[in-house]
Amino acid sequence: MIPAPFTYQRAGSVDEAISLAAQGGDDAKFLAGGHSLLPLMKLRLSVPEALIDIGPLRELSYVREDDGHIAVGALTCHHDVANSALLGSELPLLAYAAGQVGDPQIRHRGTIGGSLVHADPAGDLPAVILALDAALVARGPSGQREIAAGEFFQGLFETALEPGELLTEIRIPKPAQAGWSFQKFTKRAIDWAIVGAAVQGDRVALVHMGSTPLRASGVERALAEGAAPADAAAHASDGTSPPEDINADRGYREHLARVLVRRGLAEARSRA
Amino acid sequence: MTVNGTTVEAEVPDRTLLVHFLRDVAGLTATNVGCDTTSCGACTVLLDGQSVKSCTVLAAQVDGRQVTTLEGLADGDGEMHPVQRAFRAEHGLQCGFCTPGMVMATVSLLAENPRPTEEQVRTGLEGNLCRCTGYHNIVRAVLAAAADTEGQASR
Repeated sequence: MIPAPFTYQRAGSVDEAISLAAQGGDDAKFLAGGHSLLPLMKLRLSVPEALIDIGPLRELSYVREDDGHIAVGALTCHHDVANSALLGSELPLLAYAAGQVGDPQIRHRGTIGGSLVHADPAGDLPAVILALDAALVARGPSGQREIAAGEFFQGLFETALEPGELLTEIRIPKPAQAGWSFQKFTKRAIDWAIVGAAVQGDRVALVHMGSTPLRASGVERALAEGAAPADAAAHASDGTSPPEDINADRGYREHLARVLVRRGLAEARSRA
Repeated sequence: MTVNGTTVEAEVPDRTLLVHFLRDVAGLTATNVGCDTTSCGACTVLLDGQSVKSCTVLAAQVDGRQVTTLEGLADGDGEMHPVQRAFRAEHGLQCGFCTPGMVMATVSLLAENPRPTEEQVRTGLEGNLCRCTGYHNIVRAVLAAAADTEGQASR
């Protein structure tokens, strides 16, 4: 399988990437690690006319402490996120979850920014970013802006990015509550999560329980009202519309969400 | 790009995948196309020393970088790489189709973690599927290669 024909261009800087995207219009796409985009292109589910390769922009691959928050460059690959000493000590939820994405080969190529802009509701990192209340920094022809994680995921494979905007950085506040957990239920190694749950303190987000990653607001409300974790977890599927597919029907996903959130809250509290 | 230490230059269509470049342009056919969907790992090669699935990388993305395939592991006088020796000694293969990818994934794994536990070997090779062996001999081969490599380093 090979992709449909396209024009390949390599950007030498963020500015050049943005100007190439402006010239390419709606039919241009940024290519980072390519581990979401290239498989879709090989299946001809995505047929961009132009690819702008931003993969070599080392200026967007970093993890650093910045004015009270942790900044992660959008082109940092999962392997580097998983092995970052700074993330290991300050944001272990993110480091651990990045180490659960795909397999080692995929983690060597796939990037955190690519995972987020792909906005697959079955992806691990979108839910983690929600649980961490991160902000996403985007640059486009009209300048730079910050988008809250809660507003970033708009629908199935849809984000708040405007055409031609490039995600450059993920800014994550240091968590107020230390306990964390990432739960992912799969049948086989390297599968996408049938359901997953990311927990940071009393913030809980769900993988694959709707067309976007979701905050488990019923659980968070119950915790805020003083419910015991196990009781709060019973609200994990409240207000969700999980998809049905070959792996699970709606009822099974709802069940998994309750079980995984219960385990996640218990593990997070054991680490607090 | 540099493949196994040799510069390989060619004009190819933009959509050419790395695995096809290696097989059809560079003439290096140890790297197999298996599932072609980033799942099975048969096409694993090293890109700047790290394992990647070459069915999901464009040749153009690798312009100017270093690729190592199975053919590049043995040294010039034909002496096999410790990982190759261990796969042979421990019978870590049956049909052999997944083997080039398994060996390359192992080289990358041992570069990152020279003394893995059995559990770490199993999770470290989760991106490579074998439909013959049930994995036990492969895991044994990786552990033997780790011991062999460490023995050589300390000599």
